[in-house]
Amino acid sequence: MAFDSFQDFLAMGGHAPYVWASWGVTGALLAGIVLHARAERRQLLRRLQRRERRQATTDRTSHQTGGQRHEA
Amino acid sequence: MFAWAGEGGMPSTEVRPGDNAARSAPDGEPRGGLGVAVWATLKRDLTLLMRRRSEVLNPLVFFALVITLFPIGISPDPELLATIAPGLLWVAALLAALLSLDSLFRSDYEDGSLEQLLLTPQPLAMLGLAKVAVHWLLTGLPLALMAPVLGIMLALPAGSYLILAVSLALGTASLSLIGAIGAALTVGLSRGGVLLSLLVLPLYIPVLIFGAGAVQAAIMGDGASAHLAILGALLALSLMLAPWAIAASLRISING
Amino acid sequence: MGKIWSFIHKLGSPKWFYAISARLMPWFWVAAAALILVGSVWGLAFAPADYQQGNSFRIIYVHVPAAFLAQSIFVSMAVAGLVFMVWKIKVADMAAAVMAPLGAVMTFISLFSGAVWGVPTWGTWWMWDARLTSMLILLFLYLGVIALRGAFSSRDSGSRAASVLAMVGVINIPIIKYSVDWWYTLHQPATFSVTSRPAMPLEMWAPLLIMVLGFYCFFIAATLMRTRSEILRREANKRWVRELAGGPS
Repeated sequence: MAFDSFQDFLAMGGHAPYVWASWGVTGALLAGIVLHARAERRQLLRRLQRRERRQATTDRTSHQTGGQRHEA
Repeated sequence: MFAWAGEGGMPSTEVRPGDNAARSAPDGEPRGGLGVAVWATLKRDLTLLMRRRSEVLNPLVFFALVITLFPIGISPDPELLATIAPGLLWVAALLAALLSLDSLFRSDYEDGSLEQLLLTPQPLAMLGLAKVAVHWLLTGLPLALMAPVLGIMLALPAGSYLILAVSLALGTASLSLIGAIGAALTVGLSRGGVLLSLLVLPLYIPVLIFGAGAVQAAIMGDGASAHLAILGALLALSLMLAPWAIAASLRISING
Repeated sequence: MGKIWSFIHKLGSPKWFYAISARLMPWFWVAAAALILVGSVWGLAFAPADYQQGNSFRIIYVHVPAAFLAQSIFVSMAVAGLVFMVWKIKVADMAAAVMAPLGAVMTFISLFSGAVWGVPTWGTWWMWDARLTSMLILLFLYLGVIALRGAFSSRDSGSRAASVLAMVGVINIPIIKYSVDWWYTLHQPATFSVTSRPAMPLEMWAPLLIMVLGFYCFFIAATLMRTRSEILRREANKRWVRELAGGPS
């Protein structure tokens, strides 16, 4: 352990703003990449699923109307 | 404007398809071959550019104007100007060369002759190289010749004028080659101008470093031959690689 | 040998890539999380402070991995572009497309941390130091590739144009790097190289190595994940994607 106490660790020997700014921005950006990738994937899947559901219902109704026309 | 199409100075693209059909050899290779095609492209582009003199003159005027701005913006003090002159002259020349790039393939793209160039049986890389050569001849070379005059105005120390011209002549050839890749990539885009500078300027940095370095070294009396040799090496490398990239980029811009 | 080739061939098919990457990706995420966690704790709390720079030197553990990655991603992007141009493998282009913003973020991280590091070291936010300057140019190269891809209305043209530019850029990167180094010869020697023995003591460079590995795993995992999304987006009308989304089988 390079520091005597947690306070020491946070202070970084007087270089706290620089060290924590660098690490903070890096961490935030990496987390942002992960969150963005996850949101992108979820949104895409949701959109694809919605499209399939819509497709299924239109298929069914068109099938039904087609059948009715056939009966008539 | 279209008068040149019927004149004799324009054989490369308009005449060849007919040539090809009329008297093609058994193996389908038209008469003349690569040398004739490159020569024809050179002659055609030179003729065209000589008729649109403003396109040739604009970069030179721009160069002079930018150089005029610096003493006004910074200070007319000759001592200060002398220290920054090599860099200023090089940066301004580089920007002037960049300015002229957008029109390198633009008019040929708009009137369809670029498409004809793609259809010729000769390698597109060589024909593109011919077009770049013309661009350098009418932009880079005049800029290099004009730079010493502007150098006087910036109180450039004596003994570096020849090196300035030589380094610019060598360097702008590389700039034309590298810039042509960007011009070919953006020729199909309606607003390619700003994008072109974004693509090309980062790639210009090595040339700028050694070009301005050559002039700086000449002022210091260190001898600029090493810098000029590196500029030559950069030119050789761009001569080897850029034509293929230009050809590939033109194909993307036109077929895509 | 034949087995490897058929594996590579299968990877070229979006459907197979989607399936194989689903199995690989979790491992890379776990490895990235573990390595970055260990490297951070070690680097922030346990590595000894530098005798000259004190604790500000701990910025190295994010600065150097990001800088490594920024350069490697550009090279991988160009390789992916080459694969796409030569063999017409679409997955390669999808990977190249998602790598560009990732690389730009990494370049930004290394620039930002470098600038912040400059305050305690040089006493200024920005110094035209060789490495920072090269990184700045690299950022412009990334922005150029991203902008060029977006400028085309046809996706295929944009892909091919971005591939050409990435390849031109990757040939230029070493030239730019060496010329900038030459231009600014007063720079620190390379902090860490795989081939030569590092001058730093083990307790200092071991966490750095762990962080570098962690960042690489993170890059691979993020690229796989976003490439998978890109596959779904571009292959949305393919039968297998529709089945995946609950469509008719």
